[in-house]
Amino acid sequence: MRRIGEEELAVTSEKAGIIRQEIIKMLGEAGSGHTGGSLSAADMVACLYFWEMKLDPQKPDWQDRDRFVLSKGHAAPVLYAALAEKGFFPREYLRTLRKLGSPLQGHPDMRKLAGVEACTGSLGQGISWAVGMALAARIDQRDYRVYALLGDGELEEGMVWEAAMAAAHYRLDNLLALVDNNGLQIDGKIAEVMSPEPIADKFAAFGWNILEIDGHDHRQIMEALNSARSFKGSPTAVIAHTIKGKGCSFMENRVEWHGTAPNREEMEKALAELA
Amino acid sequence: MKKQATRDAYGQALLELGALYDNIVVLDADLSKSTKTVEFARAYPERFINAGIAEQNMMGMAAGLASCGKVVFASSFAIFATGRAFEQVRNSIAYARLNVKICATHAGITVGEDGSSHQSVEDIALMRSVPNMTVIVPSDGISTRQALFQLYQHDGPAYLRLGRPAVPQVHDPGLDFAIGQAVELRRGKDLSLMACGIMVSKALQAAEILAAEGIEVSVVDMLSIKPLDKEMIIRKARESGALLTLEEHSIIGGLGSSICEAVCEYCPVPVTCLGINDLFGQSGSPEELLQYYGLGVEQIVEKARKLLKKK
Ligand SMILES: Cc1ncc(C[n+]2csc(CCOP(=O)(O)OP(=O)(O)O)c2C)c(N)n1
Ligand SMILES: [Mg+2]
Repeated sequence: MRRIGEEELAVTSEKAGIIRQEIIKMLGEAGSGHTGGSLSAADMVACLYFWEMKLDPQKPDWQDRDRFVLSKGHAAPVLYAALAEKGFFPREYLRTLRKLGSPLQGHPDMRKLAGVEACTGSLGQGISWAVGMALAARIDQRDYRVYALLGDGELEEGMVWEAAMAAAHYRLDNLLALVDNNGLQIDGKIAEVMSPEPIADKFAAFGWNILEIDGHDHRQIMEALNSARSFKGSPTAVIAHTIKGKGCSFMENRVEWHGTAPNREEMEKALAELA
Repeated sequence: MKKQATRDAYGQALLELGALYDNIVVLDADLSKSTKTVEFARAYPERFINAGIAEQNMMGMAAGLASCGKVVFASSFAIFATGRAFEQVRNSIAYARLNVKICATHAGITVGEDGSSHQSVEDIALMRSVPNMTVIVPSDGISTRQALFQLYQHDGPAYLRLGRPAVPQVHDPGLDFAIGQAVELRRGKDLSLMACGIMVSKALQAAEILAAEGIEVSVVDMLSIKPLDKEMIIRKARESGALLTLEEHSIIGGLGSSICEAVCEYCPVPVTCLGINDLFGQSGSPEELLQYYGLGVEQIVEKARKLLKKK
C-alpha cells in the first residue's frame, strides 16, 4: 500500500493544475485538438505520473518501468503535459504540438517522442496493446504494471471487448484499465448516441475486478490504484466518473469542446480560471 | 518432385526458431491446427498465446508484446489477418514499426472447398500498400523456411503469405535468399515468367512445354514483393523484351501491378498479368479452381504464346 497523505495529495493536485494549464496553452497555440477529453483525464494522469508509476525520465526504455497506454489517443495533450512535467523532454516541445515535424503529433507516436509507450489514436486499439504488454511482463516474469486509459465512447468499439475477454482469460492482474466516464462522445451524450452502459456490469461480466470512483478526487483515484495493485487473479477496471472539460467552467459538460481548441480569448479565460 | 505445403514448412521453421531464440512469441486466433503454429504451441506453451476468434485484438496484443521486446509471429488465415484486422495492422503494428511478422496461411483460391469467404485474393494489395511493411510470398517449403529466418532477423513488420495445399519444391535446399531479392530459377531469352507463390511451380511446368516448342523462357520467383527486386525486373525486361506475371491473387494491386509499376517507370516492355480477374473465388478443388480462373499450366502456355506475338 502506498501512502496517501496530505503531502502526496498536495503534489498531485499541484501537478494536475499544471497539466490543465499546459493543455489549454498547447491547444490554444496549436489552434486545433481535443480539449474536453484531455481535461477530464487530467486528475487520473497526474496521479499515475506523479504518485503511482515507476518511471525514470532519464531512462525512458528502462525495461522494468510501468507502462501507460493512452487508448483514447485524442487526449494526447494530457499525456504530453504530464511527460514534459515529469522531465521526459523539454517543456518547449509543448509549443510545437501538431506542427509539421513536431515530435508531438496530433495523436501519440512512440517513435517520435520519449515516454510515449504506444501509437494510439484509432480508438479501441490501445487496450489490446496494453494487454500485449501485460502478457510480455508475464512471460518475462517482470513485475511492471500496465495502465490503459479509455474513453467511455471508445467502449463502443468491439475490439475493446475482445481485449477485455483476453485480459480476464489470461488473469492479467498486472493490467489496469481506467475508463474516463465523462458521458460524452463527439455526436452527443453517449446515452443518446450509443450507450455502452452499464459499463461496470459489462467489465464485471467479462471477469474483471471493478472499482467505481469520482475521477477528479485524487484520494479516491489513489485508493483505487492501491486496491488494484494488491488485487490478484484478474485485471481491474476503474470506472471513473468525470466531467468533460473539467476545470474550465465554460467547457464543462459541453460536447462542443470535444474537438475544439480555445482561441486566444478563451485561452486567457480558461487560464484565469485554472490559476 | 518433393511436395510440401508452405504452412507446414512455416510450422516446422517456427519450431527451429523457437529453439534458437527465447524472445519469439507466437499468436494465433483459434486456427493453430490449420496455420501449423500448433507445433510451436506444444513445444513452447509459455510463449504461445491463443487470442481466440478475435483477430483485431490479436494484432493489438502483438503490438504490445513487440513494444516490450518480443519478436511476434501472428497467424490466422490471410483473409482475416489482413482484412478483419487491417486497421490494427496498419495503425498499431506498421505505423509503430514493430517487430510483428504476420504469417498468414490459406491465401488465395487454393483454399479450395471452403469457398470465397475464406479465399483471400486482395491481401498482397492490402499489405504492400502499408508503409514500413515488408511482403514476402514464398513458393515452396525451402523458401518459406529461409524467409522465416530472414524475417526474424529483419527489424520491423512483415507479411508472409502462405498457402494451404502441398506444393512442389522448386528451390535448392541451399537457397540463399535475402529480403528484396528475386530468385531466377530458369534462364531463357524469349520471354520471362515472373511468378510468386504457388504459381512458380506452374511457371516452371509451362516453361518445359514452351521449351519443347523451341521457346526459351526465364522463370523468376518474385518472392519478395516488397521491397521489390527492381534490378531483376529491369534486367529481365531488357533481356527478354516481354514479361508474363503470375499470381494467385487479384490482378489489381498484387505482383503484376507491382511489376507494371516498375516496368512503366524504368523499361517499358509488353507485360501480361495473369491472376484473378477482379473476381471472388468459389468452392471447388484447388486444381479445378486454378483452371477455372485461368491459372492452369496450359493457360499459362497459351498466354505466353500470345504475349510473344506482341514483342
Ligand atoms: C476507430 C476510431 N473511430 C473514430 C474516431 C474519431 N473519434 C475521435 S474521439 C471520438 C469520440 C471519443 O469519445 P470518448 O471515447 O468518450 O472520448 P472522450 O469523451 O474521453 O474524449 C471519436 C469518435 C477515432 N479516433 N477512432
Ligand atoms: Mg467520453
